[in-house]
Amino acid sequence: MSKKSDLKFMSGNEACAEGALYAGLTFFAGYPITPSSEIAEYLSAQLPKRGGVFIQMEDEIASMGAVIGASLTGAKSMTATSGPGFSLKQEHIGFACIAEVPCVVVNVQRGGPSTGFPTGPSQSDVMQARWGTHGDHPVIAVSPTTVEECFTEVVRAFNLAEKYRNPVIFLMDEIIGHMREKVRIPEPGELEILSRPRPTVPPEKYKPYDESFGDIPPMAAYGEGYRFHVTGLNHDETGFPTNNGKIIQRTEERLLRKIEANKEDIIKVVDMYADDSPEVVVITFGATVRSARAAVRTLRDTGVKAALLALYTVWPFPETQVREVTEKAKLVVVPELNLGQLIYEVERCASADAKVVGVNKINTEPITPVEIINKVKEEL
Amino acid sequence: MAFDYEYYLRQDKMPHIWCPGCGLGVMLKSMLRAVHGMGWKKDDVVVVSGIGCTGRIPGYVDFNTLHTTHGRALTFAIGIKMVKPHLNVIVVGGDGDMLAIGGNHFIHAARRNVDITAIVYNNEIYGMTGGQVSPTTPHGWRTTTTPYGNLEPRMDIVEIAMGAGATFVARSTVYHTGQLEDYIKKAFEHKGFSVVEVLGHCHTGLGRRNKRPSAVQNFQWEKTVAIPLKAMEKLPPEKREGKIPMGIFRDDKEKVEYTEIYKELMKKAAG
Repeated sequence: MSKKSDLKFMSGNEACAEGALYAGLTFFAGYPITPSSEIAEYLSAQLPKRGGVFIQMEDEIASMGAVIGASLTGAKSMTATSGPGFSLKQEHIGFACIAEVPCVVVNVQRGGPSTGFPTGPSQSDVMQARWGTHGDHPVIAVSPTTVEECFTEVVRAFNLAEKYRNPVIFLMDEIIGHMREKVRIPEPGELEILSRPRPTVPPEKYKPYDESFGDIPPMAAYGEGYRFHVTGLNHDETGFPTNNGKIIQRTEERLLRKIEANKEDIIKVVDMYADDSPEVVVITFGATVRSARAAVRTLRDTGVKAALLALYTVWPFPETQVREVTEKAKLVVVPELNLGQLIYEVERCASADAKVVGVNKINTEPITPVEIINKVKEEL
Repeated sequence: MAFDYEYYLRQDKMPHIWCPGCGLGVMLKSMLRAVHGMGWKKDDVVVVSGIGCTGRIPGYVDFNTLHTTHGRALTFAIGIKMVKPHLNVIVVGGDGDMLAIGGNHFIHAARRNVDITAIVYNNEIYGMTGGQVSPTTPHGWRTTTTPYGNLEPRMDIVEIAMGAGATFVARSTVYHTGQLEDYIKKAFEHKGFSVVEVLGHCHTGLGRRNKRPSAVQNFQWEKTVAIPLKAMEKLPPEKREGKIPMGIFRDDKEKVEYTEIYKELMKKAAG
């Protein structure tokens, strides 16, 4: 039973900030951008009180650089932004990928391209979250559907970042970010909190990318006597640059493998009526899950065997889960607040016998249940 | 007794990538002597860089080291310093790295007055990429991207640092090694954001296209072009033309350093 005092009425952005603190956040660097700024504002008040560092940097690139520097010094670190700022952060997201620096990057999505529509809802950074930075790189993206999940899922995002030594994109949207709902704040210890694997060898034996420990090497922090080197260049297990093509290929394959081989742990989906051999499956993420839930219930009330697959992990893409849930389906509907991004992945993975259609909207309004229902009726 | 550079160098990373006659070795040795003079433990020193020839320094020195992205070293350094203020954070970079792509970060690091020392090797060119024009290339000079001569005026690193609010600002050259070590050590001692511009050269990238092709010619140039600040002030304007003042331009001990301000804030916020 929750105590009354655990219940808070807060916005998604505030819940995200509070969840990050629960996860052990001690360093935040950011730059103002709508619709994410409340995260920075909240943390500017909370972090100094709770022994952490808040700093507003001169731009998005600098914020991401400071976050990586802080993480390398041992702090659980986060930044928050929206589409255009997310574009700027890509340079350093790539650095965090190759140098294997845990951090969380919140992207409260808004309309685009460019300055786009700052105050409107959007889910148009699906592909930017996956492919925003150049080169082959591993990506984890987590997406909440309610305000309370902004809290619990950002904790999961931190855990994944720390466990896999990788940046994690927390893919929110303006709807959830600015919505206010009831949030039950978990007791300390109630949610599992993970921290990066730490070295157990003495400094003279430490190698920052020591593959003998498996795909996720232990990580020391600056100032602890390890005196290791970190670079954005391709490097060997000692952390120093290498021109050896074999090592370059092997290391990059390890980076991808540490996510790919742990998909079962990283991927989280929530389904409704999936075990009822659904003929219609709605697949979506973020705020659009809310409309999809209502649409699926209504469809079932009218005799359509409909199901929902909500993707809490967007990347790595839940390929198996999509394949399984669409096995008997005639129709797969992918509502998303963009002109068609997630649908590419769904088309790739869904049953070949199912027709895959999108419900797409970028007119600054959320997708409604009726729009999803109408699409299903039109196609069936 | 001769200075034991090897104690501070990662000897298995030698030879370095720099051209014979480059001033970067001189700058690095001055920096290491200054570190030694401070008595800092190697575990407590962090050296951060961006991209370029200067950016390769962290790989060669036996400290906590970080080779970041082009122009952004200061942003990483701020993250490090804010988390562990007891660490001695040194950022090294070239003129293109620090003043062009990293100009915004340089200005704001100076404004914040975080206790970091930025050592800027000014060779007036992008060396590693093959000699393209940089913000400090002299007007009219030929580079691989200004084959008809540089159209733009050069930027003064000291003036930028001063204007942005750096609390310690000095300039020396790779010819004046004793003075250079002294300035770097003073910058380390300074509590706040300190900048040491190190006037150097790139005889392979810039000199050979502009009638200064040898390393010796360039050291000669550094010897004669740099005039002590006080001597410069005494020179009549017509004789200042083409000369570059060296010295300590600012040493402000009044302005409170940022990590100290933040510590105060934490006390206040915690009530």
